[in-house]
Amino acid sequence: MVDIVVNTKLIRASEEVETPLRRAIRRLFYRKSAVFGLAVVAFFIALAVFAPLLTPYDPTAQSWTLVRNEPSVSHWFGTDDLGRDILSRVIFGARASLMAGVISVGIALSIGLPLGLAAGYLGGLLDSLIGRITDAMLACPFLILAIALAAFLGPSLGNAMIAIGVSATPIFVRLTRGQVLAVKMEDYVEAARAVGNPRWRIVFIHILPNIMPALLVQATLSIAAAIIAEAALSFLGLGQQPPAPSWGSMLNSAQRFLVNAPWMAVWPGLAIFLTVLSFNLVGDGLRDALDPRESGRG
Amino acid sequence: MLNLLGKRLLQLIPTLFFVSVIIFSLQQLLPGDPALIMAGEERDPAVIEQIRKQYHLDRSIPVQYFYWVRGLLSGNLGESMRIHVPVLDLILQKLPVTVQLASMAMLIAVAIGITAGVVSAVKKNTVWDYAANAFALWGISTPNFWLGIMLIFLFSVKLGWLPASGYVPLSEDWRGSLASTIMPAFVLGNAIAAILMRHTRSAMLQVLESDYVRTARAKGLFERTVILKHAMRNALTPVITLGALEFGTLLSGAVLTEQIFTIPGFGKLIIDAVFNRDYAVVQGVVLVTATIYIVLNLLADIAYVLVNPRLRS
Repeated sequence: MVDIVVNTKLIRASEEVETPLRRAIRRLFYRKSAVFGLAVVAFFIALAVFAPLLTPYDPTAQSWTLVRNEPSVSHWFGTDDLGRDILSRVIFGARASLMAGVISVGIALSIGLPLGLAAGYLGGLLDSLIGRITDAMLACPFLILAIALAAFLGPSLGNAMIAIGVSATPIFVRLTRGQVLAVKMEDYVEAARAVGNPRWRIVFIHILPNIMPALLVQATLSIAAAIIAEAALSFLGLGQQPPAPSWGSMLNSAQRFLVNAPWMAVWPGLAIFLTVLSFNLVGDGLRDALDPRESGRG
Repeated sequence: MLNLLGKRLLQLIPTLFFVSVIIFSLQQLLPGDPALIMAGEERDPAVIEQIRKQYHLDRSIPVQYFYWVRGLLSGNLGESMRIHVPVLDLILQKLPVTVQLASMAMLIAVAIGITAGVVSAVKKNTVWDYAANAFALWGISTPNFWLGIMLIFLFSVKLGWLPASGYVPLSEDWRGSLASTIMPAFVLGNAIAAILMRHTRSAMLQVLESDYVRTARAKGLFERTVILKHAMRNALTPVITLGALEFGTLLSGAVLTEQIFTIPGFGKLIIDAVFNRDYAVVQGVVLVTATIYIVLNLLADIAYVLVNPRLRS
């Protein structure tokens, strides 16, 4: 009788073994900084999605009677040089920034991932060729390459996203290649090869899921970098074009009125800082949560 | 050592080739007829025809590339469309300003980043460690153009201590030069300091747990001697070489910083060229930046081998 009870307990214990995904999520939510980051990211996503419902004024509506009014009850963040409500522009600006962050990284991933997989798995001449092109792209500083690309493509938010995405691609090629090289020597990949799986199946079913954690961390941190890059391009006039609101272009016009209207510079800058900080916190949290060596609490 | 150097130099050839291909390809991104776009406001068919001839735009793309590379190899980076000055002369004229700014930024970054990293590792899990980590996170997350604007507001508009913009050459007045570059240098160095801090901290933590540090402590050496003489010397080797690689970040940052503080350097040159549609200058700046980065990368590798006896053999 005793034996049976013990066996039942054993069976239950094995059923309750935590999956790696659940463990990662539990570890992520254990980290206060990552939870704060997730909350702020969620807040800005909500702002971007529900912007038309949340904004008190039309973000492009100009008013000559409200030029550079300081923060007040009717305009919480004040008004800009054309009398536009800064709060409404900051809320709508979240759309351009988040969209640029996500789409640019999407572009970088969709080019970098297949190239990295091919270079890492197939090796040989293709690997050397992709490696040298990656080296060449990495030799051109990220923002300078993005500026040059945006300049030649023409100033617009879409082109800025393409420019940032292409400039961020080599990081993903290099990371994917390195991860594939490490994973492809593992026993389970060898076993998959030994039983006669085709190459595409080994790459997509056995290798790709195992390199996803590293890519996820890099993608999160790259979104932060892409948001700064979009703001920088818009600040320089190469991103979102006026009168559409963007945090970078708001800072550009704020710079001219620093003496009389410093609030124009405070809010968009703070919005960029908070969003980027949050993505960095989530990225750092994910890295710790997904690292099997990290025994950490939780 | 010579073997390694030779190998590294050989690897540079394909990298430089692809850099040239990427930069040449930028021109192909121009929508429509490049000659017409390069001509800008100018609509005289004779001028457009001359541009077409000058840049060999009437030839096939591989031939255009061949002429372009031949020019590069003889030191000809093209000519500014707007002011009709050789691109190389323009770059050489602006480069010293950015080098001064970048050097000051690197000094600030090393001073803050390495000190914070060492303190953070030595005082792990104390308030110092948390403060240093918070500083690093702040440094990485703050857009330098916003930091620049805020510093101008504080130190120029409110306190009136420093000039808001402009540049005084070092040779003219060193105090004026320092005053005009200290704020932009801090803005530039801030992000690098954060990166250096993180790397120094992790390298120091690793070294502090190693056997030879334990032995040094067991011998009864002062903690200060253990950290400064034994731990730091080994931990900082990779960090210093990493500093050289952060040069790219410095040049990227310089583009925005020089724009905000109206400093007539390398970064401002590319932005002015972008808005003047001076594409030869844009290409020239990207090419020179990439070449400097590649050379620094090579020097960092050599320095790493030189200071690391295990790699020398």
